[in-house]
Amino acid sequence: MQDFSQAFALALALIGSRDPDLWAAVLLSLQVSLTASLIAFVIGAPIGGYLAVRRFAGRSGVLVLANAFLGLPPVVVGLAVYVLLSQTGPLGWLRILFTPAAMIIAQTLLTLPIVVALAHRATAGFWERYGDSLTIDGASHLRSVSILLSMARAGLVTAYLAAFGRAIAEVGAIMMVGGNIRGYTRTMTTAIALETSKGNLALALALGLILISLALAVSAAAFLFDRRR
Amino acid sequence: MFASVCRRVFLAGCAVAIVSTGAVRAEDRFITLASTTSTEQSGLFDYILPIFEKESGITVRVVAVGTGQALAIGARGDADALLVHDRVGEDKFVADGNGIDRRDVMFNDFVLVGPKADPAHVRGLKDAKEALKRIASAHAAFASRGDDSGTNRLELRLWKAANVDLKTGGSGWYRELGSGMGPTLNTSAGLNAYTLTDRATWANFSNRGGLEILVEGDPALFNPYGSILVNPQKFPGVKAADARRWHEWLTSPAGRAAISSYKIKGEQLFFPLGDTPRS
Repeated sequence: MQDFSQAFALALALIGSRDPDLWAAVLLSLQVSLTASLIAFVIGAPIGGYLAVRRFAGRSGVLVLANAFLGLPPVVVGLAVYVLLSQTGPLGWLRILFTPAAMIIAQTLLTLPIVVALAHRATAGFWERYGDSLTIDGASHLRSVSILLSMARAGLVTAYLAAFGRAIAEVGAIMMVGGNIRGYTRTMTTAIALETSKGNLALALALGLILISLALAVSAAAFLFDRRR
Repeated sequence: MFASVCRRVFLAGCAVAIVSTGAVRAEDRFITLASTTSTEQSGLFDYILPIFEKESGITVRVVAVGTGQALAIGARGDADALLVHDRVGEDKFVADGNGIDRRDVMFNDFVLVGPKADPAHVRGLKDAKEALKRIASAHAAFASRGDDSGTNRLELRLWKAANVDLKTGGSGWYRELGSGMGPTLNTSAGLNAYTLTDRATWANFSNRGGLEILVEGDPALFNPYGSILVNPQKFPGVKAADARRWHEWLTSPAGRAAISSYKIKGEQLFFPLGDTPRS
């Protein structure tokens, strides 16, 4: 237990110290994971809604895939993005390997299935209940999707938070495509991995506590945002 | 309504992005250096890179991985220069046309660490081969990096020299971890296992548990680091001029002085060694 109390004291001291490395890592973690989960949300939520509204060939295939990919291994996503963005890869000309942009791409791919699967789940029930009336009213598919999404707001907040939670907590993908470069692509999770490998367990745990507080703050903000409406 | 949710969320995201771009310094000129966990985790880069950056205005972005992976990153043209430690692999990298102008930079050494109780009785040996033989015959737990790093490659060469066949004789006590140096030390401390580590990572490592240095000073444990430029003819995307500036600096009197003056608790960890004339 001494480790934990030491970590707790260290976490408080770190927060008080305004260590520039720490804040760079905190901001980068937020920047990358918020951006990636937002992109995944903006793309994935309409797809989830569309899957609830439309019946088409291959629809169940997409759903099975989205659900299976809920457990996509970050290190595999990282490896695939690495190979794509490598100088000798098909997207090498973008020259964004080992940059925050590459990390955003990896986390977007990682979180997209979560948003699609959960947004479908959130909207499908509403479609069963109101689908017929919407169709009778002559609403187009796009219009139906947009109505369903506003009905399923609460479920969508959960979908977004699940995506963000996945992104902010993962280390395998961003380590591989970001390179954990100090002051540039070092996030909270890659810093924790590094400090652990230096044997600085208390410091690593302290960083972990700060990371968890961040996730809590984002989650609380999302719920307040939802409540206020 | 969905559109307005999106808009707000998007605006919040933009605000975060704008705030955070302020935190990441504007780095116009940079090179990417693929290097080893030992140089990063020993703290050497934190010490010498600011000196180079101040002198040249070029930021060095270090991707610290095992030597095997660093060579692989270089072989895809994803780094501009390498600083690694596996002479055999380095020479092959150059022979394959992936790199040019390999130079000796510095050396440190490996040490065999293990439990204080020393069940294999290797303490104080000056012969690493003999120590490994004793560990094998005592079936004492040994943790191997198992990650194709420079350290791992040297360790495997030592086992071979000691005539220990790990495939048939290693079961039960020889553990391949597939991890970096630090995680391997963490695991060794937990298992009370012997392991081979570079002195710099060990000196900078806090979670030692019951481990201590048992064998050191064998010339076979010599650990030289080489700097290689990724071949700009094969990979036109590399920053050839800025990478060369780094390469030249590292092997110049100024670079050598920076390397020798890095110390942990008064102990010098890396010793320059070079083709360039001493000043």
